[in-house]
Amino acid sequence: MIAGLTWLVGFQLLGELVVRVTDVSVPGPVAGMMFLFVYLRLRRYDDAGSIVQAGTALLRHLQLFFVPAGVGVVAYLSVLGHDALPIGVAMVGSWLLGLVAVGWTAVGLERLLGRPRDDLPGHLPETGTT
Amino acid sequence: MSDALDAAREVARSPLALLAVTLAGYQLGRWIQQRSGGHALAQPVLVAIVVTGLAITVLDVDYPEYRSGVELIAFWLGPATVALAVPLHRQADRLKGFVVPMLVAVVVGAVVSITSAVLLARALGADEALEKTLATKAATTPVAIALTDALGGIPPLAAVFAIIIGILSAITAPAVLDLLRIRDRRARGLAVGAVSHGIGASRMLREDETEGAFAGLAMGLSALAISLLVPVLALVLF
Repeated sequence: MIAGLTWLVGFQLLGELVVRVTDVSVPGPVAGMMFLFVYLRLRRYDDAGSIVQAGTALLRHLQLFFVPAGVGVVAYLSVLGHDALPIGVAMVGSWLLGLVAVGWTAVGLERLLGRPRDDLPGHLPETGTT
Repeated sequence: MSDALDAAREVARSPLALLAVTLAGYQLGRWIQQRSGGHALAQPVLVAIVVTGLAITVLDVDYPEYRSGVELIAFWLGPATVALAVPLHRQADRLKGFVVPMLVAVVVGAVVSITSAVLLARALGADEALEKTLATKAATTPVAIALTDALGGIPPLAAVFAIIIGILSAITAPAVLDLLRIRDRRARGLAVGAVSHGIGASRMLREDETEGAFAGLAMGLSALAISLLVPVLALVLF
């Protein structure tokens, strides 16, 4: 467990370092994730390895780690209440449009390239996927 | 007597107590999730935020004090984000034939979500600072904060928006994707990660490993796309 956590912190540190040095506006952990992915691929990393064990354990409780930032919502409730309509509509509207844009673009391009997938159980007659 | 009360209040407001409240709120959230058979509304992060928010209001602890008290929990968000590479590695075979659709979709999604947030807010009479703050809300919290700062918005509010949109997505995204008839698990994960970062990804991880893996990847790619596109789109929008 500690071995795996050490690797994860190490890759986060690498991410922070590269982000600082190259001055790109991506968070260090996100860069660290990309580096770790490359490392796991190159090493053909095994499922029983410490990084997979520690990573899987942490990800099971990913939501917990958002709580400290999330409680900040409480401190801004009055601001949110003041402009509730534009904030609410802009957030929900652009979230939905973004979701539609990403999902349909990806599925549409897959179909163009001739490799559509249907992973869900059940069957929709209208979609021509197999 | 009042000495004992003061002492009790002091303990109740200590970092240890704040940590305990946060953990207990999260456990309560998990318990409700199990009890409700995994109902979408029962996201542990939401229950924990409500419980903890109420607790610090009652205890009269202000947010910066709370935040520094629970640094021990917040710290793990970094390594956990790095760990999103793990499901992606396990699902890497599924990248085949999906790289081009994925990259195009993330860029299209970033443009749509930035532009629509600004224009919708403007149409409903928001001021410019608020528009700029809303523009970045699809990005993961630290990116949203940094970009909003550079743009001239309100950084702490950007974090709040990112969190709220994440929770909204965690609750509703799978149902909305079903309505949209998006049935490829890679595309489902991608869409959620692109518009609602890590909190959205946490829900998808619970649903299915492929969806979680692509949500994590989309979070990274869209952080990159949004960082690059916000300054460009700002020239047109503002």
